Order: sequence, then C-alpha cells, then structure tokens
Amino acid sequence: MTTKSVLLVGVGGQGTILASKLLTTGLMQAGYDVKMSEIHGMSQRGGSVSSQVRYGEKVLSPVIEPGGADILVSFEVMEALRWLNYLKPTGKVIVNQYQLPPMPVITGEAVYAADIIEDLRAHADVTVVNAAAIASELGNPKAMNIVLLGAIIKAMQLTDIDWEQLIRETVKPAFVDLNIKAVHRGMEAVE
Amino acid sequence: MKALLSGNEAIARGAYEYGVKVASAYPGTPSSEILKNTAEYKDVIYVEWATNEKVATEVAIGASFGGSRTMTTMKSAGANVACDPLVAFTHTGVHGGFVMVICGDPGMASSSTEQDDRYFAKLARCPILEPSDSQEAKEFVGLALDLSEKFDIPVILRSTTGLSHSKSLVELGERTEHECKGFERNIPKYCLLPAYARKLRTWLLERERLLTEWGNESDINRIEPGCKEIGIISSGVTYQAAKEVMPNASFLKLGMTFPLPMEKIKKFAASVDKLFVVEELEPFIEEHIKAAGIPVIGKEVFPMEGEFTPDRIAAGFIKAGIDLPRWKNMAEIVANPPKSVPRLPVQCAGCPHRGISMAIKKLDLNVCGDIGCYDLITLPPFEHMHTDLEMGGSVGNAIGVNRAGKQDKPTVAVIGDSTFFHSGMTGLLNAAYNKSNLTLLIFNNSITGMTGGQFNPGTEYTLSGVPADPVSIPEICKSLGVKDVQVVDPYDYNACLDALKKATSHDGVSVVMTNRPCMLYPKKYVAPQKCEVVADKCIGCHICLKQCTCPAFELTEQTTDKGKLIPRIKADECVGCTICAQICPKDAIREVK
Repeated sequence: MTTKSVLLVGVGGQGTILASKLLTTGLMQAGYDVKMSEIHGMSQRGGSVSSQVRYGEKVLSPVIEPGGADILVSFEVMEALRWLNYLKPTGKVIVNQYQLPPMPVITGEAVYAADIIEDLRAHADVTVVNAAAIASELGNPKAMNIVLLGAIIKAMQLTDIDWEQLIRETVKPAFVDLNIKAVHRGMEAVE
Repeated sequence: MKALLSGNEAIARGAYEYGVKVASAYPGTPSSEILKNTAEYKDVIYVEWATNEKVATEVAIGASFGGSRTMTTMKSAGANVACDPLVAFTHTGVHGGFVMVICGDPGMASSSTEQDDRYFAKLARCPILEPSDSQEAKEFVGLALDLSEKFDIPVILRSTTGLSHSKSLVELGERTEHECKGFERNIPKYCLLPAYARKLRTWLLERERLLTEWGNESDINRIEPGCKEIGIISSGVTYQAAKEVMPNASFLKLGMTFPLPMEKIKKFAASVDKLFVVEELEPFIEEHIKAAGIPVIGKEVFPMEGEFTPDRIAAGFIKAGIDLPRWKNMAEIVANPPKSVPRLPVQCAGCPHRGISMAIKKLDLNVCGDIGCYDLITLPPFEHMHTDLEMGGSVGNAIGVNRAGKQDKPTVAVIGDSTFFHSGMTGLLNAAYNKSNLTLLIFNNSITGMTGGQFNPGTEYTLSGVPADPVSIPEICKSLGVKDVQVVDPYDYNACLDALKKATSHDGVSVVMTNRPCMLYPKKYVAPQKCEVVADKCIGCHICLKQCTCPAFELTEQTTDKGKLIPRIKADECVGCTICAQICPKDAIREVK
C-alpha cells in the first residue's frame, strides 16, 4: 500500500497529542510502519498545533508536505483553513464545529470569519463533526478529541483495529467508558 | 519488543542500553526531552541539569576521565557555549566513551539562529554521526560510544528537529553494563601544555586518518543501488525525505559526515551519471566533494536555509531539470496559503511576567532582552524588548548601551532565573566590578520554563528528584557587589512600577527581582480565588483585554447599555492574579473565592 498521511491540527490544550498517540499505537499494533511528527516549542502558549501521522508498509519522511495529507482533521474551525494547503487535491477534511478565537479576535483587532466552513467546502470534501456537543452530551467536553479520533478511524477505514482494547490499555480506568463511547460516536458521525 | 519513540526518546534509550553512567545537560529545544527521558533510568545512570552547556560538557568529560561511558546533550546554540571544552577534549581523547548530542533546528522552529553543527566536528576534528530515524538514533549512541573508545576521541551525535521531534519504531534491547575503569593518570595525554598538546595535535590528525579508513569500510556509510542515471548523497532525516521524493535513484546514505569517506564517495560518483548532494543548511559534504574534483549538484538547486521537507527537495530536483510528476503542482499549492487570523503565543493566565512587562511598557524603558518566555515582551501588546540575541547576552548588552553614551531613556536588562544562572551572573559581576550603569530585571519564576519546566539551582529539587537547597538570587547579587537589590511581587502592578522607577533613578548597578512561580511548572497551578467582571460596572473599554492579552478572557454576546461587548473571565483558566482588576478604570473586575 502507499503511505497514508493524516494531519491533525488544533490549538494547544485540545488533546491532539493524545488522539494521535492512540491512533499511532493502534496502527503500530495492526502491523503498520508508523511515523509521527509534532510541532513543539511555543505551541502550548495558545498557538496553533499539529500532529502529522504517516503509516504504511514502509514510511520514509516523518513529515507531511503541503498538498500531501490524505485527511485533514481540524479540532477547531479556523485551524482547518490555516492548514488547508496541506491537503491533497483528492483529500478529505473533517472539521470540529468548535471555535477558539485567537487573541487578535478577542482584543477586537481581527474578525473571526463566519463563513469558514463554506470556504472549506469550496475547496474540499468536508465533513463537519460536532465533537464538542457530542462530548458534552457524553458528560465531558474534553473527550472531543476522542470523538474526532473515531471520525478519523471511520474515514480512513481503520475500524478493524480493536480500538476499545487499546483505550482500556492506554487511558485511566475512570475515563475508559467515556472514551469508548466517544470513539463510537465519532465513527457514527462520518458516513 | 518494538516501541514508537521520538528521536530524543530513542537517544535516551540508547544511553541506557549502551551503558552510559553519567549524563549532564542544559535544556534547549529541540534537545530537552533527551535528558528528561534518560532520567527514567536514574537507577543506573546519574543524570543532572547543569548550569550551562559548557559545565555539562565538562562534567561529562570528567566522567570519561573517571572511566565511565558518558553523554551530554544540547541544542545548537548550546554547542556554541560548549565548544571550548570540546575542542580541547578532541586533543586529549577519552578514557570512558563520550558522546555529545547536538540537536540542530533548521527552519528555526524554536531557535534564535540557524547553524550547521557539522562544522563543530570539522573544527574540533572529531567524528559526527547523523541518524535518520529513531532506530538509528538509538543504535548510533552505541556506535558513537564504541568509536569513542576504539579511536580515543569524543564523538558528536547530530540530530535535528525533524528527528528529535518525530516518532518511529524502535526495537528495544537490554542494557549492557560497562564497568567504570577508574580515573586514569597520564599527564602527557590529559594536560594540554603546549609541549604535550603539539604531540596530541599530530596524533589527532592520525586518529582522523584512521577514522576516514574506517568510514570507507563501514556500513554506516551505505550504498543503496538504484537507477544509474541519478545518484544522491544524503544523511540524517533529510535522507528519508530525499528517498521519499526519489525512490528509484541510487543513494549513498552517510551515517558519518565527518570525516567523510572520500574513497566510497568516489566509487559511488563513478557509478552514476549525475550526482546530487541533498543536505540541509550549508554545502558541507558538497564542498568536500567539489574539492576532490568530482562534479556534483547541490546548492545550485537546493536552498541554504530552512528544514528540508519533501516538497522543498522536490522543487530542487525540478529546478535541475528532472521530471517529477507527483510533485509538479506543489509550487501552486504552496503559493496559495489560505487566509486566517494568526495565533501568536501569549503569556499564560496568571503568568508572573505579565505585571512587570506592563510596567516596563508603561515606563517606556529601553530593554536588552534574553532567552526565555519573557521573549514574548517583543510581541504585542508589550513590544518592549528591543534587543534579544543569546543566553546571558542581556546583561553585557545593557552595560554597553549605557557605556556608548547618554541615552534618552533608561536602559535595562531582562533575564530569567535559569538564564541568569547559565551566563548572566558573570555579566552582573562585570558590571559591579567595572562600576557600570546597569539595571538588571530578573524574572524569577523558579523554573526553566520555556523549554518545558526543568529544575535549576533556584528550585527545590534536582533532576533525579533529590531535594535541593534553592539558591537565593538576591544573595548572589549582593555577593557579586550589587548594593541596590529589590524583590517585588509581580502580581502588584504599582509595586512593579515603583521598583522600576527607583532602580532606574540612580547611577550604578541595581537589581529588581520578581518572586512568583511559573503557572505551569513544576505543576499547573490551580488557584483558590478567581476574578470576574461585574457586568453593570463594565463600560466595555477593553483596557483589560488589550493590556493583559490574557487567555482567560473571552467576549460574550452580553453588551453594555451603549452596545459595547462585555468581556468575561473563564473561571477554569483564571488564576486570580488580579492584574486586570488593578488596571480596570471602573473597578469592574472583582476577586471571588
């Protein structure tokens, strides 16, 4: 198989790293060669973050180049727009219906455009997932990262991997049930 | 068993498996996680955060003299600091195996400068190894230590951000112990008096010749036959990216880029029609090949700056006239980045740097800055750090600004606690000794914050978890000869203003130190008290938002009677520092328990 590239983007603190850790562990256990690259540095101070996951028989470069992602999964609406040029022309976008206004918007120097999702649709095949609402419904808004992991699993046709078992092995016991529910709800959110 | 490890985690694993007994380092992105992960093996490896990279290197050299396998790690800028002991150490050679890990940052994701660390190897004349993935990162630690002992030479292991911060699969092994051989007395070998050092220099060049022979034979420099038309020489993580772009080409993958295996390079060059060198930053390999009279294409088509992602490498080959259908449209995609609002980093909610930063701006001081989270003073809303070069530089720079002539505004230096210990103290001593005019602001948040919260001499623990005696910065300053030392609470805005006014009001040396800890490290601070906006007092002037740029603020739909949006403070983010309340002109922000 050719190497697949999954680009997860969001804002520091949204849990992209845990989602990509679960994803890569599942892929590794399924026998794929896997590489993953993270943006570090000042990102945790409110910056834009990305995790790049590549998997296949033999993965070479750990990074995804512009125009190279099979799927762009954005944990925040505006971040999808920021990273859109990393998507392959045939790639898919999954975007979380969730906004975190950047500081220039909060201080009134810039505007958070209202029609970003329409802009995205003009360029790519977009699925909007209301992961924030789903996670809140499940009792913990922070589980939105796992809802989005479920969406990736479905979109990349990785449902054969035993994600439930992996969640049991990886997350704290108190959060296992929540995360299993979240991953299933994420899968259901993608056609 | 296989594990998915970052390059940094794999280097730490290598230190464990290949018998390192002592590891000393100073943190710096992208190298910091190596020692943090090495500390997982603290039962068998002594680990420490040193005060700076020079000291770390000297400790590691000492451990080699003492007869054990040893490692030091640092970022590129740290290698500049550690260069002095390295150059000396290549002359004497080792007793226990020694590896110096230097993590470069092409593209400057988190660095002030972009530099090619392979020149350290050439300058010091020691071997440099360049792993291309995490498995090699682990194995090359062992190889570096073996080479170090076999050829009696320190060895550099070079990583870059692309390797240090990417994960790939690693086969884990057991630890092999290397018993401490004991301190070796050998004055002509270990004392660099000129008479001894001249002989050691001759012997150093002989060792380099032997290493070159080894490199010509070893599989660490590997020919991977492909099509005859194109041959590519590459190394490190760049090799992986080049192979991604040109899967059918012939490759000479160099695992050791100094000394270069020129015989193997000549053989490879003769086997292909067109030879390329794909290397990030400087034409280091290319110049050696050209000097040998071998035609090669390198920096004519590939850039001298930035990280080599596959698309940038592809652009170089296209420029050289090679047809690459998969990459052809890349230029168009990259040329049209979508528009969105930037997300610049901001100070954390409750950051102890906020109040004093606002006071600096209010008094409109000239600021010579340093390396740490307080670099954010360069950005909006503060924009009051006017120079910012390298570790410890602020102190000497501010002394010099004041020596240059009478300035229209007071000039101060800003430094953090860890950077002060690293190389700010000597500058302050210089100021006191030479009776300079200097106000030094020490932003003491009791942690090495920007690199991820490492302990330092001002904290209560060491890296291995042993309780430490935190050093008193005011006492250091006094003992260096500073008479005017003030300690100020950075959560008290007016106190910050007063302290700065007093310190800058007289000639001579003064110090102002803040005394609140970092909000994130060593663990995230959860405050019992919060602030909230009193909606019926708020006039929607947004002074709080604009001056604090605190991430705890958000705007809601709620408006004043004049239609201005009323800010809200997110209770789960606010830590109750009250700076916003102190600057609110209408007293519309209050503390709640």
